[in-house]
Amino acid sequence: MSVGPDAIRTRAIKVAKSTSLSLTAIGLALLVSAVLILLAGFNPLIAYAALLKGAFGDSFAIGNTLARTTPLIFTGLAVAFAFRCNLLNIGAEGQLYAGALASVVVGIFVTGLPTPLHIMLAIAAGFAAGAMWGGLAGLMKSQRGINEIVSTIMLNFVAIFFVSYMVQGPIAEPPGFFHQTAQVATTARLPIIAPKSDLSIGILIAVGCAIFIAYLLWRTPFGLRLRTVGRSEGAARFAGIPVNRFMFGAMSISGGLAGLAGTVEIIGSQYRLLDFFSPGYGFDGIAVAFLGRSDPIGVIFAAFLFAALRIGANQMQRTTGLPTSLVLVIQGTVILFILGAGILQWYRQRQQEKGA
Amino acid sequence: MSLLRMEEITKRFPGVVANDQVDLVLEEGEIHALLGENGSGKSTLMNMLYGIYRPDAGRILLRDKEVQFSSPTDAISAGIGMVHQHFMLVPTMTVTENVILGLKEQKGRWNPLLDTRGAEKRINALAEQYGLDIEPNARVWQLPVGAQQRVEILKSLYRNAEILVLDEPTAVLAPKEVEHLIEVLRNLARSGKSIIFISHKLNEVIQLADRVSVLRNGVLSGQVDVADATASQLAEMMVGRQVETPKKKPRKSGETILTTANLVVKDDRSLIAVDDLTFDLAKGEIFGVAGVDGNGQKELTEAIAGVRSIESGNLEISGLSKSRGKRFREIGHVTEDRHQTGVVLPFSLWENYALKVCGTPPYGNWLNMNTGVMQEQTRAAIDQFSIKATGPDVAMSTLSGGNQQKVVLARELALDPKLLLAAQPTRGLDVGAAEYVHERLLSARDSGMAIMLISTELEEVLALSDRIMVMYEGKSMGLVDASQASREMLGLMMAGVSLENIENGMSQ
Repeated sequence: MSVGPDAIRTRAIKVAKSTSLSLTAIGLALLVSAVLILLAGFNPLIAYAALLKGAFGDSFAIGNTLARTTPLIFTGLAVAFAFRCNLLNIGAEGQLYAGALASVVVGIFVTGLPTPLHIMLAIAAGFAAGAMWGGLAGLMKSQRGINEIVSTIMLNFVAIFFVSYMVQGPIAEPPGFFHQTAQVATTARLPIIAPKSDLSIGILIAVGCAIFIAYLLWRTPFGLRLRTVGRSEGAARFAGIPVNRFMFGAMSISGGLAGLAGTVEIIGSQYRLLDFFSPGYGFDGIAVAFLGRSDPIGVIFAAFLFAALRIGANQMQRTTGLPTSLVLVIQGTVILFILGAGILQWYRQRQQEKGA
Repeated sequence: MSLLRMEEITKRFPGVVANDQVDLVLEEGEIHALLGENGSGKSTLMNMLYGIYRPDAGRILLRDKEVQFSSPTDAISAGIGMVHQHFMLVPTMTVTENVILGLKEQKGRWNPLLDTRGAEKRINALAEQYGLDIEPNARVWQLPVGAQQRVEILKSLYRNAEILVLDEPTAVLAPKEVEHLIEVLRNLARSGKSIIFISHKLNEVIQLADRVSVLRNGVLSGQVDVADATASQLAEMMVGRQVETPKKKPRKSGETILTTANLVVKDDRSLIAVDDLTFDLAKGEIFGVAGVDGNGQKELTEAIAGVRSIESGNLEISGLSKSRGKRFREIGHVTEDRHQTGVVLPFSLWENYALKVCGTPPYGNWLNMNTGVMQEQTRAAIDQFSIKATGPDVAMSTLSGGNQQKVVLARELALDPKLLLAAQPTRGLDVGAAEYVHERLLSARDSGMAIMLISTELEEVLALSDRIMVMYEGKSMGLVDASQASREMLGLMMAGVSLENIENGMSQ
């Protein structure tokens, strides 16, 4: 049953090709960034060594990198999933805040539950809140044709500042000096896998989720229909697929996934909700999804790369005094090069077709 | 001295030889047809003449001088003009603006303002000289297709083209517009222009051309004077065997499946597109809907398919399920616009095949698709419909139009629908593939399927249908038995003369 050997081979070749292309692009980006580091008056070799050490130097570093990977997998998945339905979800950040808020409420105010149940409830709440926030944009899109890019951007502000309000007042930790909530109950916390680091079993949940999403997209009728809506709305309509309902559904699930990013941050590492707590995981998710070519498995690796760059950057700064912002430049360069590689691939294909 | 000689032109693409030592000679004032099935290499040959491709071998001589074009700009300045099948016009601009687009028509050497008035004058002069009926100030989107085509011709003439290449110029035209085009082309030839037109329609070639070159699989299979050739000879040169018109068995009567009464449907702009239609359709029947494109056939089909709402009147299909998904599986639909609504190009063949059936046994359930079964079914369809594809995993986009259509047909027939809507099922297909689609439709009819055939091709409608309805501006011009219909009669109805008026006219 399932896929024939030919299909596996062609898919393997495809994956190998795009992986080698991505790696080449990353290499070239690091090369170009090296020039920038030189221009800034630092030694790029020392800087990169520090970066590598910071990201992978010891089990503690690896643990931190993986902990950082976790929310990025979720937000990357969120953007990639919506994109498979031809929707651009720029609102993962807001959905993440919605998820975090719901999880922290469940984690603090629901008490007396056994650990696994409490965790599951917190996760469910985070997913539901994110799904609601994403679904709202989906509803506007499917019912009134409102552009989801605009609506999700706007909903980001609403969510972020609503959380800010909540942690300053209604659910602030007494007596209320700091803009933060109390810690969630120990029964709601995800078990830590690597001692001394922030790494919880959240990473396993994230990877599991990615595999599940891949299955959903390529092995279920729902996934096939959703991808059909994404690739050809006309064909979907004439095949009897309720396009509007699928758009709504895709935005809801996408929002739910982004919500889980908030959840794992709260019950996996931070334990309390602060205002403006996310360093832009939702926006990084867009780049992660892009780098992973909207493939759930690709998203895992892309998220890992982004996390490594960010974690390594701290070490780089400490060792060499190089500003962290340079890492943002490196990230930007990587994305540009990947984009360029994509264009190169497309161009070669066209030349082949043209026979020149 | 010939105006143009293409000698032993060869062009290879990865895996195929598109042109294999093709010769073509064009005289001054000649109308030359380039005949061949889709994929026989006609367009490739012309693209080399127009500088889009470069030949791998062979040479092109213009008035006995060898030329090499590295871009269309070179070809244009050498006096070659091309009218593509899909027009290269900017809809929101005027005719004049479109004609001078890309040229430096400024008022004076030192005056950079556009000399629209001067251009207009020249356009008018050209239009008059060649009998092109055109209004220079009209905006292109306001013009009917025939007029847009004349703008394209004018564009070439304005650039002093001596040789005009037209790629399937009649594919988009109504019968009346075709007549007009033929007149224009004759005028051009008479005043010394030379014309090459690409076509796969035999009757047009015979009607219009002086000489014809026939391509088959990239090889020139003959160049003859049209006066010396018969249609069946040309057809044989084109497909390499005798073409047969499908034979129809007498119709078995069946129960009525579809009934409409005073049906009114609106189009996307909320204008009435289907106006007061009443007809019915029974099992074992092919019901032909003829008419020029854009007379409400699309809206009618979509309303029956359930993707367009009904304004008023009745539309009933007996025995349909209540569930939306099931209903779509019970009505087969070969859609008019294959790329927009029929297939998903980046998907594999089996995914396309599975669009409607996925999730229903034996293709799996709601949680899991049985990809193995669907791939097997697709493989079987590839064999059964002789689809040119290496397997069910290849992307739909890699198939030619004819083979894509076969996949669609296979998919829709596999559902064993109660009703099959076939809209322009052979549009853009070559003779062989079209013949096959026709056979399939007829055998489905003989096995008791109810089929509605929507087509702008009179021959097709006449050959396949049991009854024919002609639509004009959303209304029915009449419903006739195919055995009693003639080309002339249907042609009149397509032009808006009702059956009643025709019969009255005949009795007088």
